[in-house]
Amino acid sequence: MSDIKKFLYVNRRAPYGTVYALESLEVVLIGAAFDQDVSLVFMDDGVFQLKKDQNSEASGMKNFSPTFNALGDYDVNKIYVEKESLEARGMTMDDLMALTYEDEDDDWAEKSSMHLVSADEVRDLMEESEVVLSF
Amino acid sequence: MLHIVNKSPFEKDSFTSCMAHAAESSTVLLIEDGVYAALKGSSVEDQLSRAKVVALQSDVAARGIEGNLVDGIDLIDYPDFVDLVANGDGVQSWV
Repeated sequence: MSDIKKFLYVNRRAPYGTVYALESLEVVLIGAAFDQDVSLVFMDDGVFQLKKDQNSEASGMKNFSPTFNALGDYDVNKIYVEKESLEARGMTMDDLMALTYEDEDDDWAEKSSMHLVSADEVRDLMEESEVVLSF
Repeated sequence: MLHIVNKSPFEKDSFTSCMAHAAESSTVLLIEDGVYAALKGSSVEDQLSRAKVVALQSDVAARGIEGNLVDGIDLIDYPDFVDLVANGDGVQSWV
């Protein structure tokens, strides 16, 4: 019997205005130590968390966006971004960080972790998940 | 009148309500998550033309959207922010 569960982290908040985004990333990284089947979805203002070129130096806040690059090393490589949310914000996948992982089943080839999905596909991801954590 | 908006227009209706009530002669300052209202091609872009809109540069830079903004949005720093408040005829914060 397997103890591996399908976890889905739903990220709907912008990165700096509230602490939700940073807390979610912390929880994902902690949870990654438990060898579960983890997926992350970024929708609504959550898509802003993955925006390229974040530079919080002048605002005095910590820029935690580089930490997303570590997810691949923790076998967190299913990152889903909702198309409708990007479009409403005038953005495309080209505006987001290109997160990758190394596939151990394919001679450690570097592959993209980023997947553009529709709202319908996000619904299916939610239905297929056993544990949903919302931030 | 200086209007200040600090919430994302996609999460709260403060920006939309502000733009619906601001006089054409007023200035709308976007700070914190409010800066997302200045994104080019977004669902709220049309509302930007109703008043003069400026945004706080450091909050824009933190969010990595400087290259994604509508043309004509002036970016200001903290001393400019102080001048706007001190020299204007009143402030309304759309918290």
